[in-house]
Amino acid sequence: MSEAVIDVQGLTKSFGNKRVVDDVALRVGKGQIYGFLGPNGSGKTTTLRMLCGLLTPDAGTGSCLGFDILNQAAEIKRRTGYMTQRFSLYEDLTIRENLAFVARVYGLGRLRQRVDTALERLGLAARQRQLAGQLSGGWKQRLALAACILHEPELLLLDEPTAGVDPKARRDFWDQIHALAGAGLTVLVSTHYMDEAERCHEILYIAYGRLIAKGTIRQVLAAHDLATWSVEGPNLHLLSRELQQLPGIDTVAAFGTILHVCGRDAAALDASIAPYRHRPELHWERSSPSLEDIFIQLMAELDGNGQGSNGLGSNGLGSNGLGGNGLDINGLGGRK
Amino acid sequence: MRLFSLSRFWAILVKEFIQMRRDRLTFGMMMGVPLLQLLLFGYAINTDPKNLPAVAVVAENSVFARSLLRAMEHTGYIRFIGAPVDAATADRLIRRGDVQFAVHIPPDFAEDLVRGRQPALLVEADATDPVATGNAVAALQGLDVTALVHDLKGPLADLQSDRAPFEVRLHKRYNAEGITQYNIVPGLMGVVLTMTMVMMTSLAVTRERERGTMENLLAMPVLPMEVMLGKILPYILVGYVQVAIIIVAARYLFTVPLMGSLLLLSLAAIILIAANLAVGFTFSTMSTNQLQAMQMSVFFFLPSLLLSGFMFPFRGMPVWAQVIGEALPLTHFLRIVRGILLKGNSWPEIWPDLWPIMLFLLLAAVLAMIRYRRTLD
Ligand SMILES: Nc1ncnc2c1ncn2[C@@H]1O[C@H](COP(=O)(O)OP(=O)(O)OP(=O)(O)O)[C@@H](O)[C@H]1O
Ligand SMILES: [Mg+2]
Repeated sequence: MSEAVIDVQGLTKSFGNKRVVDDVALRVGKGQIYGFLGPNGSGKTTTLRMLCGLLTPDAGTGSCLGFDILNQAAEIKRRTGYMTQRFSLYEDLTIRENLAFVARVYGLGRLRQRVDTALERLGLAARQRQLAGQLSGGWKQRLALAACILHEPELLLLDEPTAGVDPKARRDFWDQIHALAGAGLTVLVSTHYMDEAERCHEILYIAYGRLIAKGTIRQVLAAHDLATWSVEGPNLHLLSRELQQLPGIDTVAAFGTILHVCGRDAAALDASIAPYRHRPELHWERSSPSLEDIFIQLMAELDGNGQGSNGLGSNGLGSNGLGGNGLDINGLGGRK
Repeated sequence: MRLFSLSRFWAILVKEFIQMRRDRLTFGMMMGVPLLQLLLFGYAINTDPKNLPAVAVVAENSVFARSLLRAMEHTGYIRFIGAPVDAATADRLIRRGDVQFAVHIPPDFAEDLVRGRQPALLVEADATDPVATGNAVAALQGLDVTALVHDLKGPLADLQSDRAPFEVRLHKRYNAEGITQYNIVPGLMGVVLTMTMVMMTSLAVTRERERGTMENLLAMPVLPMEVMLGKILPYILVGYVQVAIIIVAARYLFTVPLMGSLLLLSLAAIILIAANLAVGFTFSTMSTNQLQAMQMSVFFFLPSLLLSGFMFPFRGMPVWAQVIGEALPLTHFLRIVRGILLKGNSWPEIWPDLWPIMLFLLLAAVLAMIRYRRTLD
């Protein structure tokens, strides 16, 4: 790995007596895009907030952009762009005024020109005098992103930047992120979309405050060797219910007219589905697991270990589709 | 759907109760404010102040003079603090508001009295607050021959006639006609500044937190001092506009005399404004929503209004209430503004009331800075 932009160990944070982030170690290389994944309430936002000095870790040490996370927060803030999960610009300022405010806080020169450029790039030049509060959800997200890259940070911490953003804008956004990364910017982006995870150089998967998988997609897939079958046919919901009871079958998930059946123990899985494979109406095919299959599997394992305490099942992960049923969980950031 | 539904109404009712119960601070304030009012109105307020501080200026120390001074104290309305002083000192004490009355015993008082020349006793009153001095003035003017009944014996007994052997001449300074507006309108300046400044700033940080914009603000490299000053300064300007409006109204609507320096008044005003803003900012950092911030402002404003001497005479209140009053910036500002506008006071007279406000400002600002969190936790 190249030079580390974020390098922290033992990051821990509790709210009350609930440990929300538990002994997390991160190493993020320069110019890389890291996807930060995990179910709702797993501690992604909390981790990002600790990295940019918004929350004080209970334990843990490390550096961000070469500055100590515990006592050089001001230096980190100056060089970092943090996009909050919930829209946190001023709704009673216009788009332009918001950008100008941010530019002034960072003491940026050539203010007018810089704001103009940002508006142009954002495609909001014509609506710059509109109040930010009147923007639709997706446009707010785009404005927030524009605001947090205004001061040309070296590190971007993005908390679900594309929640509620349409597919085209999402693609534009990711193209932009890749362009910025190409120029040396480091990005840590939390998301619930698997297709976005696949566009990252590496992914980090966190559950119940613990980092349980990291690496490139290929590494993660390889590390969690999962036997997977896909089956097509009628009345899949009935089949799904039957299959879930069988030994060796850990997860069954429906994707349109296809059912993904996964299990860690390939032999047991094969044995369990053997009777069904002869049914003429069903079409079975051995397939490779998707990232989502792996994550749901990981969640199921943790739940099985009695870790599932906050009632949030594996359904926190968005589906594979293009934002169709992505969960817009803005406002659920668990703030006071 | 159009009909009133009991269950829908019930749903709203239950929700409101749950929310009310959850916001402990607001709930506490809703109980606390009436209690505070009860205590203040019930115990602290007294529109008939007794034992007002006075000094005597005795040009001639005779037995009659001593009896008269004692008789004045016996009315219960005034109390001489310390030994007699000279005229210049008495004047200074009145200007500063340290005493409410100065009683002058003229030279040759005893001789004039004995010879039946009906000498005049001069009572100077600080009449800026007509309510505070009204009853005392009436009592002093009612002094008659009975005051000297023990001294006028033997050959002097015939002086005990219907006509009093002396005359009490009253000099109501600063507000000779006892116009209430002279006292209220300048005071209003302090009240308005206290109310709006505390309230506006108490919402300043709370609003950011409530709307979620705090997270963005904290993620940017701004210092607490920058946030505080930046948020407060616009309100200082608003405060100045308020001051200007009140001064103009005082002058042209209520014809209040503007004796002193308006420059000095603006200086005092800016310190009061700053002190109130610091209080508001502190509240702002302590409350989690705007309702709480408002309630805290009320909790601060109520004692300020009632214990500062704005509505009711300061010297009429019990000691505990006076102690609280002395701690509030408005109390001192009222003395300053009335002193400057009505008495023409300048720097030396206002300083004793200016530094307590500055001290208050310092403490409140430090508290605000400590309370302002740079993080979300
Ligand atoms: N200020 C807070 N006080 C108490 N608990 C909190 C606070 N902030 C977060 N939490 C809790 O910490 C846990 C982690 O929250 P966090 O917001 O980091 O999750 P997340 O991974 O960002 O979830 P999501 O995907 O829903 O955004 C949650 O259980 C949440 O309830
Ligand atoms: Mg989150």
